[in-house]
Amino acid sequence: MFDPHGPIARSIATHGWWLLLMSIAVYLVVMVALLIALGRRRREIDDQPETTRRLTRNVSIAVALTVVILVGIAASSVVSGRGIYSPSGAGAVTVDVVGHQWWWDFQYHDVTPSDVFTSPNELHIPVGLPVVIKAMSTDVIHSFWVPNLMGKRDLIPGIVTNTWIQADEPGVYRGQCAEFCGHQHAHMALEVVAEPMNTFQAWIRHQREPAAEPATDEERRGKDVFMQSTCVTCHAIRGTDAGSHLGPELTHVASRLTIAAGTLPNARGHLAGWIANSQSIKPGNRMPPNALTPDDLQAVLAYVRSLR
Amino acid sequence: MSEFVHPVERRMTISAADEERLRTQLERTWYVPRGIIGWCSVADHKTMGKRYIVTAFCFFTFAGILAGLMRLQLAVPNNHFIGPDLYNQIFTVHGTMMMFLFAVPVMEALGVYLVPLMVGTRNIAFPRLNAFSYYVYLFGGVMLVVTMLLNTAPDVGWFSYVPLAGPDYTPGKRADFWAQLITFTEVAALAVSVELVATIFKARAPGMSLNRMPLFVWSMLVTALMVIFAMPSIVTCSSFLLLDRLVGTHFYNPAEGGDSLLWQHLFWFFGHPEVYIIFVPALGIVSSIISAFTWRPIFGYSAMVMSLVATGFIGFGLWVHHMFATGLPALGLEYFTAASIVIAIPTGIQIFCWIASLWRGRPRFHTPLVFVLGFFAIFVLGGLSGVTLASVPFDLQVHDSYYVVAHFHYVLLGGAVFPLIGGIYFWFPKMTGRLMDDRLGKVNFWLLFIGFNITFFPMHILGLEGMPRRVYTYPDNMGWNTLNLVSSLGALLLVVGGALFVYNVVRSYRWGLAGSDNPWGAETLEWSMSSPPPVYNFLHIPVVEGRCALWDRSADAPIVTGIRSDVREVLISDVMDAEPINVAEYPEPSIWPFLCAVVTSGFFIGSIFTPWALPVSILPLAVTLIGWFWPKKRDRERAIEEQDEDRRLHDAA
Repeated sequence: MFDPHGPIARSIATHGWWLLLMSIAVYLVVMVALLIALGRRRREIDDQPETTRRLTRNVSIAVALTVVILVGIAASSVVSGRGIYSPSGAGAVTVDVVGHQWWWDFQYHDVTPSDVFTSPNELHIPVGLPVVIKAMSTDVIHSFWVPNLMGKRDLIPGIVTNTWIQADEPGVYRGQCAEFCGHQHAHMALEVVAEPMNTFQAWIRHQREPAAEPATDEERRGKDVFMQSTCVTCHAIRGTDAGSHLGPELTHVASRLTIAAGTLPNARGHLAGWIANSQSIKPGNRMPPNALTPDDLQAVLAYVRSLR
Repeated sequence: MSEFVHPVERRMTISAADEERLRTQLERTWYVPRGIIGWCSVADHKTMGKRYIVTAFCFFTFAGILAGLMRLQLAVPNNHFIGPDLYNQIFTVHGTMMMFLFAVPVMEALGVYLVPLMVGTRNIAFPRLNAFSYYVYLFGGVMLVVTMLLNTAPDVGWFSYVPLAGPDYTPGKRADFWAQLITFTEVAALAVSVELVATIFKARAPGMSLNRMPLFVWSMLVTALMVIFAMPSIVTCSSFLLLDRLVGTHFYNPAEGGDSLLWQHLFWFFGHPEVYIIFVPALGIVSSIISAFTWRPIFGYSAMVMSLVATGFIGFGLWVHHMFATGLPALGLEYFTAASIVIAIPTGIQIFCWIASLWRGRPRFHTPLVFVLGFFAIFVLGGLSGVTLASVPFDLQVHDSYYVVAHFHYVLLGGAVFPLIGGIYFWFPKMTGRLMDDRLGKVNFWLLFIGFNITFFPMHILGLEGMPRRVYTYPDNMGWNTLNLVSSLGALLLVVGGALFVYNVVRSYRWGLAGSDNPWGAETLEWSMSSPPPVYNFLHIPVVEGRCALWDRSADAPIVTGIRSDVREVLISDVMDAEPINVAEYPEPSIWPFLCAVVTSGFFIGSIFTPWALPVSILPLAVTLIGWFWPKKRDRERAIEEQDEDRRLHDAA
């Protein structure tokens, strides 16, 4: 939270520092008053009307100060809150953020229906521009949170809410689900990739393309295995017969940084383990183990790794 | 009752022999039954209060062990010691048990034990209801422990957000066990609250007008009223969930016109006051201890009472600060920011008044006061982090992160458990007649205090670094490793501290120094009788002459006479000035409340599995209730006959 890379996070961090410093100051004052009260040299119970009058005055001053500080906090909170509810400019891009148990789907809007595409678990945004986010969920409540860029926004089934995100410097920012959503709440992370506008647009153009055709024999065999096994019941690969959207789309899976919603780096070994028995990596996730022969597994790996 | 006379007389009119006869008779009238059936029939508030307290601490221990397991799992990243399925059950049961089976009941238990003694009456109002509520609470708690031991415990968090807890995403019975546990505790808590309000309003000793009531009694009154207003919301909330799960209603199903946010509003409308329901009694404990160990009344009595009452009201106006991230309109959020910040004012007033009390008095540093000072050090920090959480922008970052975990452990453990343990050290001599070991008590304090801060302070930083709550493990490269390990090591100290407390209780119970009636020289009425108190509490119902009942008592203080000692008669007084207006007869001990609780529990547990539990339990429930309320005029009529006989003989003579 105190390493902000976007306007929302920066405004919150500034406000947060003030709150924390104020709290520390108040804490110290109260503790010092308590210690003086305890350590005060006295022989007798101090019951003189003079003392009572002084204490009444001091307590009243303390209460008045408390009220002033609290009003200050409320005002500062409203001011910095107003700044983050709505973006400073028009959104460059609009993205639907859809929560699933336990992965994310980022659907990029476009006026041309065929140009709409989804990017599971990896949100790409152009640097320096606000991106409008439509938060929604298809199963339980999740919460979208990228600490370096913005605070939380719950994804609630049946309700669509708008918020926005913006990064000021290129980079990869990790996010994580913040609302308890069941078994694998702990392994529901995402990456936000902030890149310059031209790189971002190149990425968009690439994502809109259908999947790459297999180039080698092994990849072709892998595609056949994929299409004939249980994979197709949940996963879609655009440009092929696989069209189910229960699980993350795999059209450009090899271009992503991680697999299993930020759980593992996207490397061949991890992917092999994941396909063979994802339950040992992320127990309780929706993907069943796949009893493929070693040859078939290697072929599928080759094919999936070719989906750049 | 028109012939009722103002029954106040001066003490000297009673001879020693009369007093002895009265004592024997009261002992016979207010007897505590023995044997197994007798054990289940007890209706005495002291016995039930002690059972409540011991039971609550048993659940505290169980939930504490679960917390230890969680810290073990989180000590290192990517740990495989506990899997997600078990971990989710553990944190759910830990939270649920601490909130519903420890914190609220133990505070009410203290009220059950102390309030009748403090207001000067012989038993709690509705003593059979009191027994019933205890058994319902006990059976509900045992059910949760059993589900945990059978690996079928609820695993959806202590607030069971829908749709996750709904029928589609938590098949099986786990969430139903949670919903019914809530029903158990709702019934128990509502019953106790009604008893406390009735006792406080209607059974105060003459002279104890509202503006002379001890602050502890005020805090229990505010708590009980809060329970009465907050519980209906959670009753609705958990019943809807149960109906959704059991008979297929769609209260929370957005696909069928239901609303998943409805749950959060209903739950937090109860859930936030719940925090104050736990915390307000602790404020009463703190006031009792500070006044006893400075030998002065608390500074600013009226301000303290107003603050308690204000807390009770404002506590209902800030539930949405648990929902800042849901995307509600900005203006609404700002209102709840303001309300959440405002509640810091009454709390601040109380802190300042206590400091002023310590300033004016001459503190004696016995264990209870030391725990209260620990309360200051921890609670003020927790309160300040609470103020930061009230700010929407800041909350959006730290909401559902470990910062929140740190915050509420600071306010609940520091704000409620530290005063509670201090309170146990304080009232233990009254309950058992023996003092707890003071030196061990201080070691106990330092272990808990240091252990607590090592465990929970790092969590603030973890939250600010972005570690979310309720994760069963975390990646290696996030920079969270060291602080998590430190926190887990701190938990070890807490375990040792807890064990030492139990050891001190057991040891002192057997071999502790015998305490006098009023070992601390405290002010309130419970210190006026022997330790432990006799079954009838007061030989003579006292008349209160000032705000500090014992310190303001004159040498020839008046007492109440004219209350019958051969039946369980108590004085009923009016709400404002505690003027005696009536007498009432309390019921005898009875097995029926126990049987009724058994049937009720059977119904609650049965309805987890089938809606038929309702029609099937109606008949036995009716039988037990008829048994419970069966009028027993016999004793009273016999006594009246005897009296008439006496008068006839007297007239004849």
